[in-house]
Amino acid sequence: MAETHSLQDLQQPAVSSKVFVQRDYSSGTICKFQTKFPSELESRMDKQQFEETMQTLNNLYAEAEKLGGKSYLEGCLACLTAYTIFLCMETHYEKVLKKIAKYIKDQNEKIYAPRGLLLTDPIERGLRVVEITIFEDRNIGSGR
Amino acid sequence: MGVHEVLMCWNIKLQLLAFLLVYQNSAFLLMLCCCSFFIICFYFTSCPFLAQQLTPIIPVLGGALFLFVLGTLLRTSFSDPGVLPRATPDEAADLERQIDVANGTKGYRPPPRTKEVVINGQTVKLKYCFTCKIFRPPRASHCSLCDNCVERFDHHCPWVGNCVGRRNYRFFYMFILSLSFLTIFIFAFVITHIILSSYQKGFLTALKESPVVVCFFSVWSIVGLSGFHTYLISSNQTTNEDIKGSWSSKRGKDNYNPYSSGNIFTNCCVALCGPLPPSLIDRRGFIEADAPQMAPPTNGITMYGATQSQQSHMCDQDQCIQSTKFVLQAATTPLLQQHSSEPVIITSSPENGTSLPARASLTLGGPCSSLPLGQPTPPTSTPSLSCHEATDMLPIHGHALNHTHPLQEQAALHHYLTPEEVPSPPGMLHCGSPLGHSHTVQTSFYNPASQDSLHEDSVRGLVKLSSV
Repeated sequence: MAETHSLQDLQQPAVSSKVFVQRDYSSGTICKFQTKFPSELESRMDKQQFEETMQTLNNLYAEAEKLGGKSYLEGCLACLTAYTIFLCMETHYEKVLKKIAKYIKDQNEKIYAPRGLLLTDPIERGLRVVEITIFEDRNIGSGR
Repeated sequence: MGVHEVLMCWNIKLQLLAFLLVYQNSAFLLMLCCCSFFIICFYFTSCPFLAQQLTPIIPVLGGALFLFVLGTLLRTSFSDPGVLPRATPDEAADLERQIDVANGTKGYRPPPRTKEVVINGQTVKLKYCFTCKIFRPPRASHCSLCDNCVERFDHHCPWVGNCVGRRNYRFFYMFILSLSFLTIFIFAFVITHIILSSYQKGFLTALKESPVVVCFFSVWSIVGLSGFHTYLISSNQTTNEDIKGSWSSKRGKDNYNPYSSGNIFTNCCVALCGPLPPSLIDRRGFIEADAPQMAPPTNGITMYGATQSQQSHMCDQDQCIQSTKFVLQAATTPLLQQHSSEPVIITSSPENGTSLPARASLTLGGPCSSLPLGQPTPPTSTPSLSCHEATDMLPIHGHALNHTHPLQEQAALHHYLTPEEVPSPPGMLHCGSPLGHSHTVQTSFYNPASQDSLHEDSVRGLVKLSSV
């Protein structure tokens, strides 16, 4: 039977340390995180994969904050209905945030949890940082 | 934790009451009263005459405009301006470590921390906020009245009783724009009334019956303010930046606004019709007061992660309770009641270790014995206060020691303040202990002598308000 790396396997791990990926303000006030690979993760995962994750996150946030016809239309419609329309529907931003949450969950299950890492959704940290929790590596001999 | 976090965590009735009464937003209440007064005056004096002489649409239009003004005012006052939640202790520790490494200094307080970043060709300095323990994003600022960092900080408006920032700037603008239309509308029709009735009664009599003088001054001030904000929107600047002259050409030949798109129309669209980001503080996972069980872990995280998020949820809830208690106390009790009681130590939890080196003491006992309180406990744990069903017997941590805002509000100066210039609002604490913006000195926050009356009255306040 193939061994699945499910999260239930990681029963009560100890947190070894936390890495915080800060915001990158070089493009202004838009939400963007630094893609530089932290040195603490060098022993745990690929630089490539990490950068890909961060780049996708940045693209998703850019999509949320994008100024275009659709967002202007939504803004105008909301203004005309005295913002009551948001009682029935979600804003575009909120829709994208849900997408991001799903993506992070996905990434955690597929890539990070098997390596004893955990990505925290930045929205839970007020969009300040991407928090990566490094757990103690107990399963050294499990052939990961 | 700032004003907004306290307000967000309780039910709506309590929030509104707390906002109106507790924070003593006298300017906001004055604004509400003035608007209502004017419209009532207008309705009683000029409207009957105008409805007869001209058309009954006039009072209807006036009423509709007034309702719109009220709607935008309330929306501006009660929405989150874009508060940046404070950094978690882990983040703060990580940042401190990075800064220490960069500065090469340890121990004594290092010089003000700044980070430089180049945005669109302009060098922008990011400052470190000692209260919120973050490097502020560009255009964010710390409001000393609300004790929060606010994104795209414009100004703290006392008339609205709230900061004006990224999330509520458009409502604020709509408020002042519609208010200027309303004042011009009222002014115009009051003049019409005077002119028309002066044919019948004579000019002076007509003048005496109308509130024209007051109208006149308010028209010019509101219209002026609207004009100023229209200019700011079209050049994509904040009031804060304009006052400081951050992007003024006087500072240097190459100084320009890196956020402006160059096109007035685009700037207006961005400010008024751009996407509205959700509130960052709603997401901190506040649990409802009547559901003390832990919020479910997200992202399918491990048990440890779940425990951690549970702890942080608990802490947020406790902070909330503690802050609200003090907030209510500030409104309901005269402080400076000298009682001597046995001190009880409340310690900071390990997570908050970096910011609370000192232990504060709270007194419980004496007058509080009538309330079903937990016994004073040894230093490592906190007393549980089962004072009111809404608090649901949650233990109180010492986190709220950090937060000075409820008492700051009492003596807050109600005028346009550029942030950062008032590190310690004057005369804040009635119990006589000076309190600076620095969060490291917390022993003075709790005056042992007044804590028992503080406690008792805050509890009474909670009980009273929850029954509203």
